[in-house]
Formats: sequence, C-alpha cells, structure tokens
Amino acid sequence: MTLTEADVLVDVTVGAGDGWIGEIPAGARLRVVDLYGNQAVDTLFFDAHDHANRYSAVDTVREQGAVYLTTGSVLLSVDLDPLATIVDDTCGRHDTLGGACAQESNVVRYGEHTRHQHACRTTFVRQAMEWGRGLDKRDLTHNVNFFMNVPLTPEGGLTFEDGVSAAGKHIELRAERDLLVLVSNCPQLNNPCNGYDPTPVRLVGWAR
Amino acid sequence: MTPVEHTTPRPSAGGAVAGQAAHGLPYAHDIAAGSAWTVRLGRHRALRLTCLDDGANAAVLMFAASDPLERLNLPDTLKAQMSACVRPPLVLMSDMGRALASMTGSSLDWHDAITGHSTDAQVRARFGASDYAADRNAWRRSARAGLLDELWKHGLGKRDLHATLNLFTKVVPAGDERGSLAYVPGHARAGDWVELRAEQDVLVMLSTAPHPMDPNPAWAPARLRADVSSVPEPGPRDPSRVFRPESGRALAAVERSLA
Repeated sequence: MTLTEADVLVDVTVGAGDGWIGEIPAGARLRVVDLYGNQAVDTLFFDAHDHANRYSAVDTVREQGAVYLTTGSVLLSVDLDPLATIVDDTCGRHDTLGGACAQESNVVRYGEHTRHQHACRTTFVRQAMEWGRGLDKRDLTHNVNFFMNVPLTPEGGLTFEDGVSAAGKHIELRAERDLLVLVSNCPQLNNPCNGYDPTPVRLVGWAR
Repeated sequence: MTPVEHTTPRPSAGGAVAGQAAHGLPYAHDIAAGSAWTVRLGRHRALRLTCLDDGANAAVLMFAASDPLERLNLPDTLKAQMSACVRPPLVLMSDMGRALASMTGSSLDWHDAITGHSTDAQVRARFGASDYAADRNAWRRSARAGLLDELWKHGLGKRDLHATLNLFTKVVPAGDERGSLAYVPGHARAGDWVELRAEQDVLVMLSTAPHPMDPNPAWAPARLRADVSSVPEPGPRDPSRVFRPESGRALAAVERSLA
C-alpha cells in the first residue's frame, strides 16, 4: 500500500517502558510492530466518546469462544460493541487474560525487591493523567497483551511463556468505532514476556 | 470428584469462635434465582454459598469495603498463582496486590474466572422479552443489570465493572492453537458449595443469573443459600498462605496494611 503523508495518523516508535495514548477514528488502521521480537505491548481500548464503554477481555474471549486473539478476533466492549477487529497478524496469537504488570502485582509475584521497578500500570497512569478528560484508575481495566504468550491448559494451568513473536512481526487492527487507544510498552524484567530485555515497538496508524 | 474440605473449624452453633465477639453471626440468607445481592463481609468472616438447585452460577464482583477503588483483579490472581481457574486454596487478589479473600474450600475443583457474565441484550435475544409487568419477580434480568443495580447502590457504576468470578461454572480452554473454550454442562448440582474467607472487609456483589454460555434452552436460574460466619484468621500453615509464595505475599500485604 502506498501511503501519502496525509493518510498517516500516527507513526511513532515507543521506547522500551514508554507508552502512547491517542485517538484512532472509525475505519482507520493501527499497526503494532514488534521491532526486535518478544516484546509485550499492553493495550487498552475505549470508545472515544464514552470511555465507560471500554474493552472487555472476558466478553471478547467468551464471544469468540477462544482464549487467544488473532486475525478475525473482534475486540468487544463491556456493552458487547465491536471496538476493533484484528485484520492481520504475522505473529499468530496474543494474550488478553494475563493483565498488566503493576508495582503491587510485581511485589506479589517476585517479592519486595521489585516494588520500585517500572511497570505497565505506571505507564498507563502517566499517559491517562496527561490525556486527562476524566480518566482515572477506575478506567484501567483488563488489557490486551500483544505478542505475549500465556498458554492455558485444560487441566487449569496458566503460565507466562517465551514469546512466540519475533523481530518484525506485526498485528494490524481496524477501528470499528472512534477509539481511544492506551499503550504501555511493557518494562517487565522478571519473566520471559519481553525476553528479559524490553525493546522498542512501532505504532503506525492511517486513515482508510 | 473429591470434595476439598475447608480447613478452618466451623463456628459453634452460637456463632462465636472462641475469643471473638460475633454479634449477629452466623446468619443465613437464601438468594433467589436470577437475582442480585450484595454482602458486606467483615475480615475473617466466611461466606459459604450452597447450591439449592442444579446448574447454578454466581457472577461475583469484589471490592475493598474501605476504598472500592481497590477491586478484584482476576488476571493478577490467576497469573500470580499460575491457574486458569479459581479453586481452593487460591487467594483472590486486588489490583493493589492485597488479598481480598481466600477460597478456603469447595465441593468443586473449578470456578470460572475468564468468561464474564450476561447482559440484558443477550438474555432478551435468547429467551425473549421479559418484564416485571408480565413476569413479576420471575422476570429475566441479566447478571449485568443486577450487578449495575448493586454498584449504583454503593456509589459505583459501569467503570467499576471488572472480570467476574463465576462460582459454580466451569469453562475449559482446550489445548489447541486458539485455546477454544468449552462450557461444561452439569458442573454444579444442588448441594455443591464454596467458601470464601474475607482477608479484609470486602463488598461482595453477586448475581445468580445463568452464565451466558450455559446451553440450557430454558431460562433456569438456580437459588443459592448464603451462610455467613466468623472463622479464625489464617495461621502460619494456612493452606492459602502456603499454597504458593505469591499467595502468601498477598496475604502478608493485607495483614501488614491492617496491622
């Protein structure tokens, strides 16, 4: 596809442990590129005109009858409205049940020494604070983890595994309504979700 | 399957555990089928829910009573304890890394945590329109409608929704590439039970509307009996505390914050 400058809504490289927030209009595309491989990208979606009508991980997995997200997955809101559709996925599958890391959950998982390590929720908080417009802690709900591999088993197991992603893999979404998108490029150092080495990702959004 | 017995002594018939005042405890309450209910559960009080009919589901939201900005976080609960479901002796963790409650026992080895709850639009689409005028108190109300009512009564609302713990429901992820989900019919029968021990004062909101994946062609919500009693605080060898280091740290976090 040939894009003109006027088509491009966003084209940013998000550094390791950094974030991004912005609106993507209905019909536009957003591509997330795992530039160096095995990099979790924690992402929240909101109806741009009604932030309470936000992404719902559990409604999404139930309605598609499957745990993992990939091409064809429709990301649903709490009101079961389609927010976005995954239209391309060169990685294969993505998690939405593992949540985001936070300082507090890091302490639970890894111990008190991780209390002051950077975490996704800190990025969400900073981005949401700067965006303003009434966003607060209540709006930070269960997210998508692009490029993250969290297998669930019929016996009831759930583990964070080595990523199935690799350098240059990408996922592409079509906005089904005007969206607010909140991204944390995960800084987690204590499990394999970022290959123990968080790296930059690229976000590219363009009008249809 | 083998029932998982709770490990804390039952309170005496008078309701008081030795050394603890427990005015008003124990008490029992029957929760009607297809309705919603909130219980404010004090620290080290147990809520035991028993199915009075087959095919029960209880979609549960949970908040710290002292500050409902702190709420149940099932993704954090599952990943910390490496489980795809909730079962004894898992600790239910808040988004602030503190234990809200522990599942101290259950006759069932699987309670769903990943498939959410019903909405009015779904219930209407599957079972047809229903309202109070026509159906009186048997009208078909979704879990979402009931939970939103309960949230509003406590000054909360839609933004406070989070993934519900679906007690008595089992939805199994297959080991295939997409992680296909299969609802297990007949999982809970009359007499099945689960017990939660509050680790801090919590608000428990629940709906007994059927789970949206329940294939039963008829609307057949089940009744639950709730028993609230006083139980001892978890000791050093409490099964929830020693289950995993992560479980113990979430318990320690709440104990330290209330010390």
